[in-house]
Formats: sequence, C-alpha cells, structure tokens
Amino acid sequence: MSTPLLEVNKLQMHFPVKEGILLRASKSNRAVDDVSLTIRPGETLGLVGESGCGKSTLGRCISRLYTPTGGKVLFEGTDITHLRGKALMPHRRHIQMIFQDPMESLNARHTVGEILEEPFIIHKLGDKAFRSQRVRGLLDTVGLPARSATRYPFEFSGGQRQRIGIARAIALNPRLIVCDEPVSALDVSIQSQVLNLLNDLQQEFKLAYLFIAHDLAVVKHISDRVAIMYLGKIVETADAETIYRQPRHPYTRSLISAIPVPDPHRKVQRQVLEGDVPSPIDPPSGCAFHPRCPEAIARCKVEAPELIAVDGDHQSACHLSECP
Amino acid sequence: MPQLEVDSLVTEFDTDEGRVRAVDGVSFSVEAGETLGIVGESGCGKSVTAHSIMRLLPQPMGKIVSGAVRFAGRDLTTLPIAEMEKVRGNDIGMVFQEPMTALNPVQTIGKQLTEVMLLHRDISADQAIRDAVEILARVGIPSPDVRMGEYPHQLSGGMRQRVVIAIALACEPALLIADEPTTALDVTIQAQILELIRELQADMGMAVILITHDLGVIAETSNNVVVMYAGRVAEQGSVYDIFDRPAHPYTQGLLASIPRLETEPKSRLSIIEGMVPSLQDLPSGCRFQNRCTHAIAACGEQAPAIETIADQHRVSCGRWREL
Repeated sequence: MSTPLLEVNKLQMHFPVKEGILLRASKSNRAVDDVSLTIRPGETLGLVGESGCGKSTLGRCISRLYTPTGGKVLFEGTDITHLRGKALMPHRRHIQMIFQDPMESLNARHTVGEILEEPFIIHKLGDKAFRSQRVRGLLDTVGLPARSATRYPFEFSGGQRQRIGIARAIALNPRLIVCDEPVSALDVSIQSQVLNLLNDLQQEFKLAYLFIAHDLAVVKHISDRVAIMYLGKIVETADAETIYRQPRHPYTRSLISAIPVPDPHRKVQRQVLEGDVPSPIDPPSGCAFHPRCPEAIARCKVEAPELIAVDGDHQSACHLSECP
Repeated sequence: MPQLEVDSLVTEFDTDEGRVRAVDGVSFSVEAGETLGIVGESGCGKSVTAHSIMRLLPQPMGKIVSGAVRFAGRDLTTLPIAEMEKVRGNDIGMVFQEPMTALNPVQTIGKQLTEVMLLHRDISADQAIRDAVEILARVGIPSPDVRMGEYPHQLSGGMRQRVVIAIALACEPALLIADEPTTALDVTIQAQILELIRELQADMGMAVILITHDLGVIAETSNNVVVMYAGRVAEQGSVYDIFDRPAHPYTQGLLASIPRLETEPKSRLSIIEGMVPSLQDLPSGCRFQNRCTHAIAACGEQAPAIETIADQHRVSCGRWREL
C-alpha cells in the first residue's frame, strides 16, 4: 500500500455555543468528533451524510479553512493542523476546494480570466503572458471557450459556472481537491457532464478527491472508497462496491434503502427511518444513532461503539457488526 | 371524468428582454386517486404549469394566454378571483419546495392551520383547533397539541414540510399539487414525506400532481408521467411507458445519464451534450435539436406535433417512428 496523501487523525472541530445573558460558551457543537481517515494519491474518497452531520466542516478542516480544535491533519506526512500564514501557503497550493454553489464562490465583480489568474498571482507564479496562456489552457481543459475569459460569472449557466470553479481548483496542479456537494445544485443532464469531467481530470492529473455529497448514488459512482458520516462521526467505511452490496451499519442500510430507484418495477421494501437527526450540541448517549436505529439493543444506549475493522478495509462502528 | 384536465395551456411572461413563452401548449389530465409526475430540468416550465393551474403567476408579468384548466366542470383560467380563492386551499392544496418560505415565521403553527380551516369551512374556532391537532397527528407530528403553539423556526425541515402538507390537506382537497416537495430534504426525510403523501392519498382518494427533477421519485410515486423540455411536453405516458419504452431522445438521454447504484463505479456516464436553450432565444422547430444525437435538417424546420404511440403514450419527436 502506498503512503497516504492525506491522513486525518482523531480530528475534532467543536464550535462553542454561546448562551445566556453573558454569552458564556457553556456547551459546544461537536460538528466533527474524533474522525480518522486516509486518502491515497489519485484516489477518491466519498463522504456521505445528511445535513448537519459535519461532512462540510470536516472538508473545511482538511483544506484548513478552519483550524481544528483537536487531532491532526497530515498532508504528505507534514502536520498542517496548526500551520498559519506563510508556513501554510505551500500546502494550500496542493489542497483546493470546489463548492456547491459556484455563484457564491466566484467573485461576481471579476471576469473569469481574473478569477483564474488569481491563484497564480497569490502564489507568485509566472508573468502576465504565462498567466493568460494558462487561463486559456484551463478553460480548454474544462470545456469552455477561450472567449469566456473576458466575461463575468453571471453570464454563465450553473453547469458552466461549476466548470469555472473546477478550472480555478486545478489551476495550480493540486494533489487533493475537496469537492463539497459539487453537483447537488445542477440539473440531471448537466450533473453527468460535470461528473465525467471530474473523472477525466482525475485520470489526467492524478488528482485525489474528497467528494462530499448527500446523494449516495452519485458518491458511489465517483468514489473508490466511501465513508458514511452521522452526527460528527464516521460510522462505516469501505470500498464503493462493498458499502452498497454489504452495508454493515444499520444507518448505511437505511440510507441506501431511502434512495428512490429510477425503476417503476422495483417496489422497494423501504425501511423508513423514524425521526430526525439529533443535535450535535446535545448528542444522544452511547451510539448517537440508537434513537433512530431499528436494531438498537440495550448496550447501544450506554456505550459508544468504536469504528473497527469488520473485513479487511471495511470498518463499521456498530456493536452488532462486531459479531456478524 | 378526470379530476383535472389541462388543455393546450400557454403561459407567457413579460420580461425586460420581451415576451417569453414559458409554457407552450401543454396538455395532460389526472384522475382521482392517481399521481401524475411532471419531470424536467430547471426552466422547463413545470413549476409555471403548476402556478398557472393555481392562478398564482406573478402579477402583472405572468399571463395565461390560451388553453383551459378544467377542474370539477369549471375552467379555472376564467374563474373570477373571488371564486378562485375558494378553490385554492379548499379544493386544491399546494405544497412548495421550501417549507420555510411557505410558512409565516411570526405566526404559530396552530394559527396558520386553523386559518385555512376557518376560511373555507363553516366550523367554530374550537372545532378548528380540534381538527388541526388531529391533522397534525395524522401527518406524523409528535405531541401535536404542543406543536400548535410553536413557530416554524422551532421545527426541523422535515417537520415543517409535514406542517405544510397538513395545511394543504386541512380541507381534504380533491387535488394536491406538490412542487418539489422533498428536494430540500435529506434522503431519509424524503422517504418519510413521500410515504406520508402516499398514505394520505390512499386514505383520502385525492389526485396528486408531483413536480420533481428526480426520476427516482417519479418512478416510485407516479402512475403517469409528463416529461417537459423548454416549455413543451416532450413525452407523456404511463410510468412504464416512460421508463421501459422511452420514445423521445430527451427522455432516453435523461434516463441514461443518471448515476445508479448498480452501475460500475467510475464508469463513464452517458451525457446529453450542451444545455437547455434560453426561452428568449429558442430555435425554430424542435427545441431539443441542438442537443439531440438523432437531429436531422427537418428537425429545425417544423416543431414536431405530439403524436400517439399507443393508448396514452404520446411523444413530440418528428423521428420517433424511425428511431
């Protein structure tokens, strides 16, 4: 096995919750709680979970938009958890992000050319001629005409804007791109275009992706391995095929069974989960999933299960998967 | 007789760039107890169709230019506003995508729910409260009597959508129009809401029009399907016609382009090249021609008429016979 590109070790991101007249931080929102994962070079790790499970926060800790409150982020063996300013810069180049809504992540007052040029200026790479040549190259790579450089983001459709966001992310030849719901806002026919583009770019530039999404079918399609997150913790991880064929965690099973299947002949026996995701400020005791779990036993209420190997690379955090 | 019949509906908007035809000759019908799915991408006119039925088009820009919407023997397009107000909420309920914008943030759940009952039904305030608690319980809201006194922000997204459904169903309408009712929700909550709509439909026997971009949701809920593209119907038929025997290249392309759980990871998805034409700048002839792999010169000359393939399976493609 090759050395991991990214190693996340017991990562915690706790946001203080200010309450009362004095706004004392008496509680904390445990958005990410003891998460460990690795991403190998050129690999896609899919990260799936429902709103508020902490998947975006985890992505932002890895790209160091947030400074984690605990644990470590190792990128190519270097601990980048607490690096700041100039010390962080060389690593920033290699970890880029793509966001869900490109309209909000692209500066509306800059032309596409200026947006794509900016990473080179920030990292002091090349002269004006080099930069404009790279901008043309980037536009071509993501399938946009060269004349796009002089236009503004609002002149593009959602799918094209996402291509601009992707072009910006790959500008500096990064090794890892954190993709936070990159296709969730796109129409079906455009979504498949963008997914194919991401796959092509990965092959061409040997990129690794952390692909964050709530749509398990999309994630399974693009990922080598998948991690399922619930209330700040990873509850199951395995390769993409296994997690779908042999899910071990009851939460993964109910997520899969909740996906509407585009086949009218298939009458799914749906296991509808009761209730909502609990608040990470005041998580349930024991296993956080136990109040919604159809298979919960007494032990689940008191003891939190560890994420343990069930079969090779396949890990699950459930008391029941310990004894299959 | 169908519960609702939309006949050659044409809706236009006045915009800064001139007049735009958002819905162009759309026809379909839905029977009591049945679910009709309307599927299409952003800007295809599916929501405008729903708003036209309800006469909720933004004023003064939006206008129904021609066509009819027949509901219970009346044409809703020509009904006086006062009459239409009696239809909305009473005979036809509506559920929108974002429950937070559909609910009034400064009124309690109870107030919003009893308001619609008191408006349409001849009941006392006490009776309305009792009925409201009952319908909240029916849509699966725990401790409904407590929730009556709470505000929308105190509820989760899934619970809010249940409240919106409760309001839409408060007067037991004959037709429910649900416009992307689960798009803003998580999959496990989506499953709960779709199940709820199904149960209530079975109980109350209402007709449902479900508008969505999600073909999975359509396959699971709908009896009949209308596929819309750039303001027109591309294809319509039973859910089996659409998924087993899609005749329009757009429907075929859509079905082929969705990632499914069964497909090989990292395989290439088949795609529909290009993008939807702008309504301000529509091509003459077939509107799908610029993205269609089967397009020929004739497709650019004349807009294809909607033709019947079998029973209710209809397609608007000049080449369906050959393809």
